[in-house]
Parts: sequence; structure tokens; C-alpha cells
Amino acid sequence: MLKKGLFKKPQNILEGGTNSRAEIPEELCRKCAECNKMLFLGELKENLNVCDQCGYHFALSARERIFITADKNTFKELFVGIKPKNILDFFEYDKKLSSAVQNSKEEESVICGTCKINKIPVCLFVMEGRFMMGSMGTVTGEKITRLFEYALEKSLPVIGFCVSGGARMQEGILSLMQMTKTSAAVKRHSDGGNLYISVLTNPTTGGVTASFAMEGDIIISEPKALICFAGPRVIEQTIKQQLPKGFQKAEFLIEKGFIDLIVERSKLKDYLFKLLSFHTGAKK
Amino acid sequence: MTEAYEKVQLARHKDRPTAKSYIDNIFKDFTELHGDRRFGDDKAIMAGIAWLDKIAVTVIAIEKGSDLQQRVMRNFGSANPEGYRKAMRHFEQAQKFKRPVVCFVDTPGAFCGIGAEERGQGQAIAESITKMVSLKVPVISIIIGEGGSGGALALASGDEVWMMENSIYSVITPEGCASILWKDTSKVKEAANNLKLTAQDLYNLQVVEKVFSEKLPFEKLCQEIKEQLINTLKNSILLTEKELLDKRYEKFRKIGR
Repeated sequence: MLKKGLFKKPQNILEGGTNSRAEIPEELCRKCAECNKMLFLGELKENLNVCDQCGYHFALSARERIFITADKNTFKELFVGIKPKNILDFFEYDKKLSSAVQNSKEEESVICGTCKINKIPVCLFVMEGRFMMGSMGTVTGEKITRLFEYALEKSLPVIGFCVSGGARMQEGILSLMQMTKTSAAVKRHSDGGNLYISVLTNPTTGGVTASFAMEGDIIISEPKALICFAGPRVIEQTIKQQLPKGFQKAEFLIEKGFIDLIVERSKLKDYLFKLLSFHTGAKK
Repeated sequence: MTEAYEKVQLARHKDRPTAKSYIDNIFKDFTELHGDRRFGDDKAIMAGIAWLDKIAVTVIAIEKGSDLQQRVMRNFGSANPEGYRKAMRHFEQAQKFKRPVVCFVDTPGAFCGIGAEERGQGQAIAESITKMVSLKVPVISIIIGEGGSGGALALASGDEVWMMENSIYSVITPEGCASILWKDTSKVKEAANNLKLTAQDLYNLQVVEKVFSEKLPFEKLCQEIKEQLINTLKNSILLTEKELLDKRYEKFRKIGR
């Protein structure tokens, strides 16, 4: 008979246990949110913030996104210096704004500009998730509206990367109105015969989903991104039942017919170029 | 000043007239036309054609229901994507037959559930907003009770938005706001004050063009709305299509410029 405990896991590090990874300083690595693998930050960054084991897409900052999307040194930022204000004198909004600025090193939850994608000129907006969860305030709406107006004037396509918790509560009805304002600008740009590709990243929700995120001629999503109008927690609280696995993820939306493509991060630029070239006639 | 939360309670009051009462008092021969031709017929949104004096108009209304049975049938005025798709079908017909559109808004918000998400609630609202803001005929929305976020905006992206004195219009419910901000739903009053959601607040913020006093008896109020609708539509009809669309674009363009 086998002795009890013979195949037991070693109890401490001195026994040469398998937990030696615990010694890696935390600031050098990050645990994958999906498969729990410990990932070295350097390697993770090289892999565009995607887990090399399970393909989980970590968030990218707006600047990192621009860096991997735009041709080198082609990005020119537009509409710099418009800053959000506490227009409604909303509880602790000033405080939240200054910590958002500190957190993200950005002025608002979106960065706009022009750049080239494999030499094709485009207008680009990229939302910044670290700025109040990418929520849409009046300045966010204003910058995106200006970008579509600029793109219409110059007959340029627009590529937009979305990540958002929705309309920003702290600017009340004025942020809700940005949904109509941006939608109207998207429509004018579209009526001018121009292309708009929206790229949805994790998470894209609420008032952003219910406006420009869903208004692209072509809608792309990164794998497993949460894309919804009402968030899963709110729905669970409302209907008092657990939601099916994978509900509201990109793979679910493509099944239901609401997005065109799911493209992993490393192939996004190639796809954008391919789609852009169909519309501009540029040959490889 | 009346506390904002009192307005919230008034706007949600069970004895408050619903869209049907307004339609019966303002228009003649309202003929309801059902279905979105894609999925089903959402009872939370009523749509049809009616006479506004001598003008044929398309009427689209979120109806909450006036008793419990009705309210259940109407899903308490929370529309599903098929409701907004029904509205869009009527926007298109209105444009084809050059009929102005009048919308009545009274909703706690677009419905939040599995089916609504599966059928693309966000996409339906986005498309409805786009269709409405680019409609080539005049379109006026009247918020008669609750204007709940995107679900209300989907039918309130037209030339003018009017509100009843005791109605509200907000990006989030005060309950939702309180639970996010203070993790405490008992702070609804503070939330309501912060959100600036009363008709008077919204008029001051230049988000709505008219606020109707509810001190008048209901029939008189409807008469007043009817006259204002006729006047406004008559003026809109004088505009060229481009002028109409530019004016509407500017109405939203200026908010947060």
C-alpha cells in the first residue's frame, strides 16, 4: 500500500517546489486575466499586450495604440488643448478629472489626429480607457465631431478605436447630447461618400455603443471584447439570473450579426490597410 | 425651488397622463400601424398616422400604459430594439410621403435584458438617432414624463424637444447615479440634484426649446401643445430641406462646443 502523502506537492520552497515563480518581482510581470499565466512585462509588451498562451488582449493606452497603428512619425494630433470642465457643478467631478489627467497623462478620453496607414492617409481617433473609463463627456463628443467634420472637408476616411463605459454621468444631459452630435457628424461624413471603420476594443458599452461605435461602415472588434448597451452586471441585477457564458463578447456579437470581423491585434493594421485600399484604390 | 427628486416622482407618477391621452386630445383619427417587419411588434412603442388639424402627421410614442395590466403589456414603457426599428420604419415613410413627425417620449430607459442585447439594442438606438437627425421632414419630440437616457434620445433627436413642466430627462436614473457614486441608493435626492434633470434645468442648458406649464387642465394643455405644434410645423415647412437639416445639425452641434 502506498504511503499517504507520497505524491503530495512539496510544502515549501526548500523542497524544490513548483512555486518558484512567486519569487519574480511583481513589477516585472503581470498575471493574465484569462488563463492566470504569469507574463513578463517586456515580453507582453513585445507581444502587443496579448497573452502568448491564451491570446487574451490586455488594454492598450491610446498612445500605444497610435504607435502600433500609424506609420512611423506620421501621426499629427488635432484639437489639442480643449479641456473638460465641471459645467454642471457636479459632485467631486473636478477631483475625478484631475486624477483622470494624472492617471492617463491625457486631457480627455479621446485623442484625434491624422496619420498614414501603410502610406494611406486617414483621420484617426483613439479613446483612452484610463481617462474615467473612456467615458464620453462634451469634450470627447466635440473632438470626435470635429474629426468627422475635418475628414469630410478633406475627403479622408476615419478609423476610430473605441473603448468606453458610455456617456459620462458627471456631465449629465450634455454628455447624452453628444450621442446625437457625433452621430450627425458621422452621417454627414458618410453622405459625402467617405469610409468609416470603427474598431471596438474591450469594453465598448452604453452611449458609445449606442452611437458612433455602431455606426461604422465596417465594424471590427478585438477578440473577446465586451460590447454591449447595458452592462452584464446591470442586466443580471435586473433579470435576477446569471448570464450565459460569453454573452456580449465579440464572438457573440458576430454570431448575432452586429459586427463584421474579429481581428487579433497583431493583424489589425494589415486588415485596416486591406480594407482602406479597397476604398482608395491604392495597390500593394 | 422644488427639489429635483420631487420632479422625478411626479414624472413617474402612476396617475400621470400617458402618451395615448395626449394623442387622443391633440390629433384626430390616429390610426396605429404595427410591427417592425423584421422581428415583431413592440408594444412599448406606438406608431401611426393622424391629423393635426389639417396636416397629416406621423406619430410615434413610447406608451407606458395607464393601469397595471396595460403597463405589463407595454413593458412599462421600456422599448426593445424592434420598437426602435418600428419607429425607423415610420421615419422612412414619413420622409417618403413628406409628413412631419411628432414623437412622445416617456420611458425609464431602453429595455435592459438578454433579448434586447441579442437583437442589438445599442445598434438600434444608434441607427434611430442617425435616421432622426437626418430626416428630411420636420420632427418634434415632446417629453411627457420620463426621458430615460439613450432610450429617450433615440426618439428625441429632432428639430425641437419640448418638455412638460414635471417631466425629467437624464443620462442616467438618479438611482443608478447614486449607486455608482455613493454605492448607496438612498442618496437619490443628491443624485437628482446633481444630474440637472428637470425641465427647467434643461431649458436653462438650452437642450430643450419649450416647457409647458401643467397648471392648466389637461384638455387645455393639449390644446396649447396642438397650437404650438401647428405653428412650429408651419414655420418648418417654409424652410428648404437644407435649411431644415442645417438648423437641426446646429441644434446639437452647439451643445458642448
